[in-house]
Amino acid sequence: MAYTKRLDGRKLDELRKVEAKVGVIKTAAGSAMFRMGNTIAYAAVRGPREVFPRSMAKPDTAVLRCYYDMMAFSGAGERVRPGPSRRSKEISMVTAKALEPVLDLTEFPKSGIDVFIELIQTDAGTRCAGICAAALALADAGFSMKDMVCAVAMGVIDGTVVADLDKAEEDYDKGPVADLAMAMLPRSGEVTLMQMDGEASQEHIIEAVELMKKSIKKIYEVQKKALLEKYGGVKDE
Amino acid sequence: MSKLLIEDKEVVIPGQILAEGMDYLPSNGAIREGDNIISTSMGVVSLSGRLIKIIPLTKRYVPQIGDVVVGFVKDLTYSSWFIDIGYSNDAVLSMKDATSDFIERGADLTQYFSHGDYMVAKIANVTKTKAVDITMREPGLKKLYGGKIIEVNPARVPRIIGKQGSMIKIIKDSTGCMITVGQNGIIWLKGPDLKNELIATEAIMRINECSYTQGLTEQTEAFLKERTGGKQHGVHQEA
Amino acid sequence: MGALKMNKIMKDYILGLLSKGERMDGRKLDEFRKPIKIEYGISTKSSEGSAIVHIGETMVIAGVKMAIGKPYEDTPDEGSLTVNVELSPMASESFEPGPPNDYSIELARVTDRVVRESGMIDVNKLCIKEGEKIWMVNVDIYPMNDAGNLFDACALAALAAIKDAKMPKIENDKVNYHEKTSKGLPLKKTPISVTVIKIGKHLLVDPLVEEFNALDARLTIGIDEANNPCAIQKGGDAPLSASDIDKMITLAKEKVKELRKVL
Repeated sequence: MAYTKRLDGRKLDELRKVEAKVGVIKTAAGSAMFRMGNTIAYAAVRGPREVFPRSMAKPDTAVLRCYYDMMAFSGAGERVRPGPSRRSKEISMVTAKALEPVLDLTEFPKSGIDVFIELIQTDAGTRCAGICAAALALADAGFSMKDMVCAVAMGVIDGTVVADLDKAEEDYDKGPVADLAMAMLPRSGEVTLMQMDGEASQEHIIEAVELMKKSIKKIYEVQKKALLEKYGGVKDE
Repeated sequence: MSKLLIEDKEVVIPGQILAEGMDYLPSNGAIREGDNIISTSMGVVSLSGRLIKIIPLTKRYVPQIGDVVVGFVKDLTYSSWFIDIGYSNDAVLSMKDATSDFIERGADLTQYFSHGDYMVAKIANVTKTKAVDITMREPGLKKLYGGKIIEVNPARVPRIIGKQGSMIKIIKDSTGCMITVGQNGIIWLKGPDLKNELIATEAIMRINECSYTQGLTEQTEAFLKERTGGKQHGVHQEA
Repeated sequence: MGALKMNKIMKDYILGLLSKGERMDGRKLDEFRKPIKIEYGISTKSSEGSAIVHIGETMVIAGVKMAIGKPYEDTPDEGSLTVNVELSPMASESFEPGPPNDYSIELARVTDRVVRESGMIDVNKLCIKEGEKIWMVNVDIYPMNDAGNLFDACALAALAAIKDAKMPKIENDKVNYHEKTSKGLPLKKTPISVTVIKIGKHLLVDPLVEEFNALDARLTIGIDEANNPCAIQKGGDAPLSASDIDKMITLAKEKVKELRKVL
């Protein structure tokens, strides 16, 4: 195992600093900010409302649509041209798929629920931060969810499984790097998003999935704390 | 062995495990998943015997038969109006349910309600596919004139109204405002002057935003007393 | 819900209050919401300058990115400044995904007028090598929550981000985005915009969404630190008299003084 000490000194299973806040976009049905190290994502939920085009509507449930976007000044290098790209459209789609399994939207047939995700600063793990923010925003909006959704980019760097890759590790050039972005349901450990760039052995992949079960505990605690910060003080009578 | 993992009145998040074992039963806002009862809601635990219910602290409006709602006319055809009630489907108000007056076939429906008019109506029917019919033909249901509209989280409506209307009565009495609270989270408010309207609005929004940690009634009363100087307003028309 | 779109009740309500000199949130007609907050350097690890502006619950973020490019042939010693506003549907129920509508195009153009055409940045000082290399500065502005008055919030966010910006280092003729110098952007003036709206015969500043939707006419006025108007845009269907315009500019000049203090 050639990669034993992480570039920023973190332990192998240690996440970067995680922060979250709920209810940050006041005119939205639900919203949240989720921060993982230097990656900062905002999510806002609008709906249930009409679906366009109408042909996309489903007769017995609402359709969940996500719109992932990186702000033009959010990338560490050159400016990112605003507007949807193939990459952002793909991330939007897998984000929706990562969230759908926990949602019960059958009370809002033929309508659409839109989640808008904006990254204001990026340092790897952007789709994961977006998913964590989106899950919080959906809970804030009051949709029926049978679990939260936690996402983080696991990595296999030169044979070592690590949690929460940052950009420096993504760009590590002294050995092979596999970037494994995953979303997981904290209670069951089930995986709802899995995308890997780079190569890793089957053993390492499974090791990463198992390690993630432990790593997301921190994310879940931060998400829970953010929701309770907004709602938890209530003792109506 | 069955085990309760939470207490009555505890605030829980979606996905949180409420109880283990088969002794407990899930009610609204909770489901059974294998051995566990879990919350599907962001809300407050309500225990009664073996039944675990979650009272939501936030939700999107879903119409139930009998709900009194505040909505506005979005569109109309020759025989009915489409009313926006803040739900994914518009509610339909048909000619026969609009008023106790007889409306002739072919009459100009805009004489009764036209685009943008607000009204208090009641949900008469919700089909399995969530088509919604409303009626205006009951006492207290009517078109709204003047006043302003505010939006709150539908989950907070029961608290804003209070037990048998007690909370909203306190707000009405101390500000002299006419207030109609729709189950759909849309509120119509009309007061004797702007100052009282703003006080009533703020009292409502404080309940909406879950700002209170203890004694909602006492805190609301204290707030109102402080802002209005303790004056009570006489009997006002029921809106 | 469409409660804000279909605002017949709200328009009547607003007019009723205005006739008594009142506004629906208790403000005076010439009063801005409080608090007005600016957070600088919010995206400092990726942008060359950034800021979030809060006016009441309206929230707008702006970020500055710089790059090296070739100047135009007819202006070989001038750098470039591009100002862009992206209306994410995150910010408002009435923004839809897809191509920009009239409102978003106008918002982008008015902000561009106040920030760029006013001559805020001294583009001659952005020249690195005449005829060959210049700095290209991009300011991207994203409203995040529309609770009214995006016109003024966007321009203020752009100005704040530009003030926050530090030029990146140049190494081997390329930009080193990981290291910033301590040098800021060359500012010639610092225009702040105030949008005055007319409802009936009343003039108001810092309109809420409901007030904005009820307006008959509006005038966005950029005022620089020498108290000179340096950008103007009229909107709304109703015409404005010379006396209206005069009053609106006077009102804007007064308000800009307050906003300058927040910067």
